[in-house]
Amino acid sequence: MNEEILRAENLQKSFGGLRAIDSLNFAISQGQIKSVIGPNGAGKTTLFNLITGIFPPSNGILEFKGRSLNGLKPHFIAQLGISRTFQNLQLFANMTVLENAMVGRHTQTSAGLLSTGFRLSWMKKEEKEIEEQALAELSFMGLEEKAALEATSMPLGEQKLLEIARALATYPKLLLLDEPAAGLNIRETEKLCHTIRKIQQRGITIILVEHDMSLVMEISDEVLVLNYGKKVAEGTPRDIQRNPEVIAAYLGEEIGDA
Amino acid sequence: MKRKDLYTLLLIAFLIVLYPWIVEGNEYFISILVFLGINSIVTMGLCLLMGYAGQISLGHAAFFGIGAYFSGILTSQYSYHPVVAFFVGIFFSALVAFFVGKPTLRLKGHYMAVATLGFGEIFFIVFNELDFLTGGPSGLSGIPTLTFLGQVIEGTAYLYLVWGFVFLLLVFSLNVINSRVGRALRAVHGGELAANAMGVDAARYKVQVFVLSAVYASIAGSLYAHFITFISPSSFGLMPSIMFLMMVVIGGAGTIWGALLGTAVLTSLPEYLRGLEDFEVLAYGGILMAVLLFMPQGVLEGMRKLLKRITKTTRRSL
Amino acid sequence: MSLTSQIIQFFFTGLNVGSIYALVALGFTMIYNATAIINLAQGEFVMLGGLIMVFSTAVLQIPMFLGFFLTVMVVTTLGALFERLAIHPLKNASLITLIIITLAGSILFRGIAMLLWGRDPYGLPPFSGGKPIPIWGATLQPQFFWVLGITGLVLLGIWFFFNRTLAGKAMTACSFNAVAARLVGINVKKMVLLSFSLSASVGAIAGAIITPITLMEYDRGPLLALKGFAAAVLGGLGSGAGAIVAGFLIGILESLGAGLVSSGYKDALALFVLLIVLWIKPSGLFGSAEESELKKF
Repeated sequence: MNEEILRAENLQKSFGGLRAIDSLNFAISQGQIKSVIGPNGAGKTTLFNLITGIFPPSNGILEFKGRSLNGLKPHFIAQLGISRTFQNLQLFANMTVLENAMVGRHTQTSAGLLSTGFRLSWMKKEEKEIEEQALAELSFMGLEEKAALEATSMPLGEQKLLEIARALATYPKLLLLDEPAAGLNIRETEKLCHTIRKIQQRGITIILVEHDMSLVMEISDEVLVLNYGKKVAEGTPRDIQRNPEVIAAYLGEEIGDA
Repeated sequence: MKRKDLYTLLLIAFLIVLYPWIVEGNEYFISILVFLGINSIVTMGLCLLMGYAGQISLGHAAFFGIGAYFSGILTSQYSYHPVVAFFVGIFFSALVAFFVGKPTLRLKGHYMAVATLGFGEIFFIVFNELDFLTGGPSGLSGIPTLTFLGQVIEGTAYLYLVWGFVFLLLVFSLNVINSRVGRALRAVHGGELAANAMGVDAARYKVQVFVLSAVYASIAGSLYAHFITFISPSSFGLMPSIMFLMMVVIGGAGTIWGALLGTAVLTSLPEYLRGLEDFEVLAYGGILMAVLLFMPQGVLEGMRKLLKRITKTTRRSL
Repeated sequence: MSLTSQIIQFFFTGLNVGSIYALVALGFTMIYNATAIINLAQGEFVMLGGLIMVFSTAVLQIPMFLGFFLTVMVVTTLGALFERLAIHPLKNASLITLIIITLAGSILFRGIAMLLWGRDPYGLPPFSGGKPIPIWGATLQPQFFWVLGITGLVLLGIWFFFNRTLAGKAMTACSFNAVAARLVGINVKKMVLLSFSLSASVGAIAGAIITPITLMEYDRGPLLALKGFAAAVLGGLGSGAGAIVAGFLIGILESLGAGLVSSGYKDALALFVLLIVLWIKPSGLFGSAEESELKKF
């Protein structure tokens, strides 16, 4: 049995009077692909923001490899090995595709103001490695031809792939994908499914927030269902599909919609 | 360094070396280029802050003044060696920038702009009020010139000294831009949320580049003090701060070459306005507004686009 | 003069000066509420109000109250023109560009003023003659009452506009959500124009009423704007009432400081307040932290 990489116990997040996340317990095992699903407003993005440190929990425990994430800043959490993509794309529009990916290498490199300003030899070596490693991630996502393009000049589907490449460049242990299939057509979604499997094969644990149920059911080892900030169910895709409470939570929505 | 940058740098260096011969040693023309060099040092630092890291400072003349006054006061009143005074100025500028920068750079957009305006004004008041040190509004005179091996450095020699600094700092800046740090700064500009998510400590980098830009300004201030040997607060107030900002914005804040171009244009502008001093302020306001409305990317980009259009139409007509 | 009467004198001076800061702060707040822009040219409206008033009295030689209306109309028109020509075309520009364009506007106005009036300060005769009035050991010029009275009327008028008229409420709606405002039929473009025009009017009035006491010169604008902005943030940007209270507060503190401690550094006081507020509690005394987070810059 693989060890736990992420653990939440009695996790809570309130905004004023609103309980966005309420008494949430779950665990994610190393190497898993775990999907988080639920109707809009269920708390999925809030959960991502809690994990990545955008705001601290109001209560409860959130641990990454045994280490509490409570109160840690986002850039520090990234250094610990958690990386993410964004639902509404947050690429660096002022940089090229390759440069975006190269930013991903930041946490694992160390050249500072003086060593870059004076262009010390170890810094030059590190620079070369950064470029090679970033290019490798672009290749992994099939974007190496577009390396020199302005990041936002690519079609939406490829921009989403770039965001994943950038996140992969941080060599994360845990990767959070926020609706990666949104706006993709069926072919692109299939390709994405295949890519996520390849990411898993690299030993990276993946948490996926998605509305595309076919992707979720196809690829997940486990699914966590949220509604109104609470856990409705947690289990294998098959269990979830059969769970009457899950179906009730989605009443009015058709399961299987993109 | 990228080849384009290297060639541009060598070209400018070549022109600078030749310049004294071109103007036949004319002191007036040489001094224009000295001021151009001094201003460029400030605007390069400001460009790193504004163009690359995407922050704003409307009070940068304060750091220019700190460098100038430390060099001026320590060498004229206390007989310190100019090099010592130079480093003291840098240290103090960096210190102020650090403590002012930390809370100010957390602010968003407009708030940051006004906060920088505020502390710029505060320093202007301090320069005026500490008259037992700074000479107050009437200024500080008798600042010693620089000497090397018994020879006074002035005229062409000072030109080369200043531009030596310019090129050193230019190379330093280009190195930073084309590196992990440069990308981190641009990431902060491109999107702080994503930058932090990728492990870039946005807050820390903002302060770092702010301190760096203050150091640049301080260096320029020291060079300024020893050149004109008389300084007064009016060179370090609101209008000078705005002028530096304009130089960066007009040329094209996006690149360091744009900032240098803007500096060249605006430093030489007063020369064209000789005799029309009444129009000076109006001219600056008008130019800034015109550029913002019609060439928002700056003159460099505007020229580039214009060039593209011209070559396209000539190609079509051929 | 005994210390008590000195303090009372400074207090009254502070009330006068504070009126101007309150009006400038109000001008900032109005534009900010409608557009989320900080208008760095706000101080120039005050400066132009004073100098155009001087022009109408000294050169055109028309009666003061006519000159007053003329001044306010001219500056209001300038404010509207500024919005149309410089702000509106850039409505989709980046934040930094918007900041700099209002900066450019302020430089432009200053340049025009320098051209037309030179660098010297100008004065105005007080609105009504009369001897200074002794009160509680201090003396009050009649103009003091003009300043307070007109300021009070302006504040009342603005309050009425925002709370009792549809146009005023529409303007407030724009600041919260321009898209929603447009969807319910509010002409956002007109609101933005209106906000700049109103701010210019308020600024002009401030300049006209204070010039008999403090004179006016072409570059008074920036420092006035900074202090007015300090009042606006201290009061909680977006809160008109807060801006007004803070304006008077800063005016009184500054006057007391100048009189009792040091007059050279008096300008620095308001600036320190500005920095401290921005650094520690940007939502000010009366604003809410959450609200200031929500406001986009």
